[in-house]
Amino acid sequence: MARQIGDVILEVEDLHTYCFTRWGVVKAVDGVSFSVREGETLGIVGESGCGKTMTALSLLRLQPRPVARIVHGVIRLQGENLLEKTEREMRRVRGRRISMILQDPQTSLNPVFTIGNQLIEAIKTHHADGRSSLLRRAVERLRQVRVAAAERRVRDYPHQMSGGMKQRVVGAIAISCEPRVIIADEPTTALDVTIQAQYLRLLRELQEQTNLAIIFITHDFGVVAKMCDRVAVMYAGRIIEQGPVRDIFNHPAHPYTQALLHSVPSMDEDIQRLYSIEGQPPALWDLPPGCRFAARCPHAEEQCRESYPPEFSLNDGHTAHCWKLSPEWQTSPSFALKA
Amino acid sequence: MADEPVLRVEGLTKHFPVTEGLLWMKVVGAVKAVDGISFSVQQGETLAIVGESGCGKTTTAKLILRLEEPTSGQVFVDGKNVHALAGHELSEYRTTVQAVFQDPWSSLPPRMRVQDIVAEPLVINRSVPAAVIKERVAAMLSRVGLRPQQAALYPHEFSGGQRQRIAVASALVSDPKLIILDEPVSALDVSIRAQIMNLLVDLQREYGVSYLLIAHHLATTRYMAHEVAVMYLGKLVERARTKTLFENPLHPYTKALFSAALPAHPDIVRQEIILPGEVPSPINPPSGCRFHPRCSYAMPQCAEVVPEEKTLAGGHTVACHLY
Repeated sequence: MARQIGDVILEVEDLHTYCFTRWGVVKAVDGVSFSVREGETLGIVGESGCGKTMTALSLLRLQPRPVARIVHGVIRLQGENLLEKTEREMRRVRGRRISMILQDPQTSLNPVFTIGNQLIEAIKTHHADGRSSLLRRAVERLRQVRVAAAERRVRDYPHQMSGGMKQRVVGAIAISCEPRVIIADEPTTALDVTIQAQYLRLLRELQEQTNLAIIFITHDFGVVAKMCDRVAVMYAGRIIEQGPVRDIFNHPAHPYTQALLHSVPSMDEDIQRLYSIEGQPPALWDLPPGCRFAARCPHAEEQCRESYPPEFSLNDGHTAHCWKLSPEWQTSPSFALKA
Repeated sequence: MADEPVLRVEGLTKHFPVTEGLLWMKVVGAVKAVDGISFSVQQGETLAIVGESGCGKTTTAKLILRLEEPTSGQVFVDGKNVHALAGHELSEYRTTVQAVFQDPWSSLPPRMRVQDIVAEPLVINRSVPAAVIKERVAAMLSRVGLRPQQAALYPHEFSGGQRQRIAVASALVSDPKLIILDEPVSALDVSIRAQIMNLLVDLQREYGVSYLLIAHHLATTRYMAHEVAVMYLGKLVERARTKTLFENPLHPYTKALFSAALPAHPDIVRQEIILPGEVPSPINPPSGCRFHPRCSYAMPQCAEVVPEEKTLAGGHTVACHLY
């Protein structure tokens, strides 16, 4: 069955998740808006500390409490605002409507229970059923993620499995209650190249079978190029550019996106010299008033340092926050970025 | 010996014994981590060893660094057998070969100042006057893009990229001939990776140092290496100049590995060769060609005869019965 991009299923508007620490307020997520449609894969790309994982956790209201709090915003799942739900109601959302795959299967599985038990635990919360029929469901789920000899494997403990196999089990748990949205936070970073390819293909197949929406949190543009329909690029707590994957790769508008794409080597061509972005992202507790990339940007001018650029629309849902896209700058001759 | 390579490895083998029982331990088998590999690295060049976890690439690095004793085979650095060195020659070797590791959070001693970390290879292995050391450290730090004043700080005061710069400075301070780079950028952020890769490439041009790059990220390899060797279950299956190998991979494993790599652009669509199953255990590796159970071109002889390494045009070597 081919996948069909349907209606918007999850919509995030102006989300702010702040961490209140002894040293000050860390604005980990600072006004993030995006949406995903059924059957669609959205990539959220950024470097460590840009707020991408905090965004993912906030979607399920799993941000580390009490330090982190969602202070503002709307998270709309099929029309319902998740931020207005009680904790009890949220428990019915997690796993059943939105579920999550974390980076390291080593730590997301419990070492003292068999994987069958862990699968059943997930299935049980949503299907009141007898032990034997739960076990049958567990085996079925394992088969779905292509674990060989699933009847035998349900009795295994996590340490008896390889990394790729464990990540499949995590995938099986994630899909066990037939969610509509899966958030995958760097699911393949810990895996080897060929195992990564197997896993990505598996996710694609699951998506085709059930028309899931997938949100990929990653730092790897390769994963984006292979898997995603749309991309949002995050920098210092905000999405600075988003749009269809080909638009972003072919015509990146924000200097950070441009620099990031030029700083990645390719195995398909010889590159004489990689572009390297000097310096580091700003501290999230001491953000500049203007564009957060200005200090590292080769085109930054006075205006960039003074005020944060609004969203400029390029075409077809491709938007970016950069002053050089404003009509006044567009007419000045010196704006094209040289890589 | 004008043509003697900086590093020459011949028939290098490392088997780790597998034991059973607690009191009366007996050896019941061996993990064949590295099994008879040969290669060499020329002066001023980079050889990359690529392969998946457990293929033996880190063990190879350890053998070259003398952190492990080989079961058989030899490692020659500058024509000298590394594992036969002693006394003065050994400390000379320890300045000639240096290493930069993957994780700059755990590879730098947290309780030493940057000054002492960078100076360590000079202090331990050579009698260099203190004033000269200070000068060299300062020069090295500014060469890798840090300020000489930062020498008084501790590693925790630096970011990941800066720590890796410290590690590079420390590796380079004793004027080595060979630096082993074990996944030097994989723990770093995307934008920082490019900084460190460019720095390593520049330093190689400036100092004429050779690199042995251990990596699993193929694009990094293509950018940094002159020659690439592909390892599978303790064996080298293919070796060629970088451009040749990436444009014309021959061994079925290399082909599968390359086809699994993530594209740099959404329009690059590779014909995916998905390998069945996982890498077998190195305790009981498959007979004949170790790749044969997963290979779609496997022939009857592949299960029986270990393929010899054959050298084809352009120094492209491959160990496969197809060629």
